Amino acid sequence: METLTFLVFAALALGSALVVVSHKNPVYSTISLVVTLFAVAVLFVMLGAPFVGVLQVLIYTGAIVVLFLFVIMLLNLQPRSRDESRLAGQGLQVVGAVIGGLILWFLIFFAFANSSFAALKPLTAEMVSLKTLARDLFTEYLLPFEIVGLLLLVAVIGATVVARKVPQADATTSYQKPPEGSEP
Amino acid sequence: MTPAVPVSWYLLLAATLFAIGVVGALTRRNGISIFLSIELMLNAANLTLIAYSRMLDVHTGQLVVFFVLAVAAAEAAVGLALFIAVFRQRHTIDLNRINLMRW
Repeated sequence: METLTFLVFAALALGSALVVVSHKNPVYSTISLVVTLFAVAVLFVMLGAPFVGVLQVLIYTGAIVVLFLFVIMLLNLQPRSRDESRLAGQGLQVVGAVIGGLILWFLIFFAFANSSFAALKPLTAEMVSLKTLARDLFTEYLLPFEIVGLLLLVAVIGATVVARKVPQADATTSYQKPPEGSEP
Repeated sequence: MTPAVPVSWYLLLAATLFAIGVVGALTRRNGISIFLSIELMLNAANLTLIAYSRMLDVHTGQLVVFFVLAVAAAEAAVGLALFIAVFRQRHTIDLNRINLMRW
């Protein structure tokens, strides 16, 4: 049963990952990334990390992927600009990249093949419990936690500043001044 | 009940996902698609961390994944804001045509 679950969700993750990198339309790529992330979240739960699985669904599929979809719709890419990107030599690039990816995969595979893995012990309640995880997070890893919070604040401010519309010199979109003497 | 799936299967799956992400990041020309491939690679790395964390019976890996998630959120926010800014200037996010800083 566990093996079957693993195989089903591993196949789902691999198949949708292939769609992510091969589909021409970024909207479909994004939707299929959601499927990959869900399948990997299931594997997280199987590995005794249910909290991380929930976070994956909440943060990745709930926030990050929705942000991607927002931006894709905001940019409103024309099909023309997608077709123009099929340059000459694109096929050669794809072949080279696939060969590079295969070499990378074999390197990782041989690194695994030469190492030994301990047999998995049955999950204990302490490993899965959120309480011990939170205790470690707020004692031993408190400084990284605070730094990550600061990083998120900086990222929010930076993203707002970068994506802000720069005011134009001409008055096409300028702010309409209210008439003199009018009460706000 | 001892688990039926060995940890090396998870690691191999993560390696395959990572390789797929690398190929995607190298072949795509659309900036957003490259970003999606990077998210795929981050997720493969997370899967490796969780698998090792399970094998070694510690939850350091889970905490690292927590931080990776936060950094991925920050990275996506800033990166997508950059794409919006570039799109305002150049009206494309095709990385072959954004060559202002290329030699």
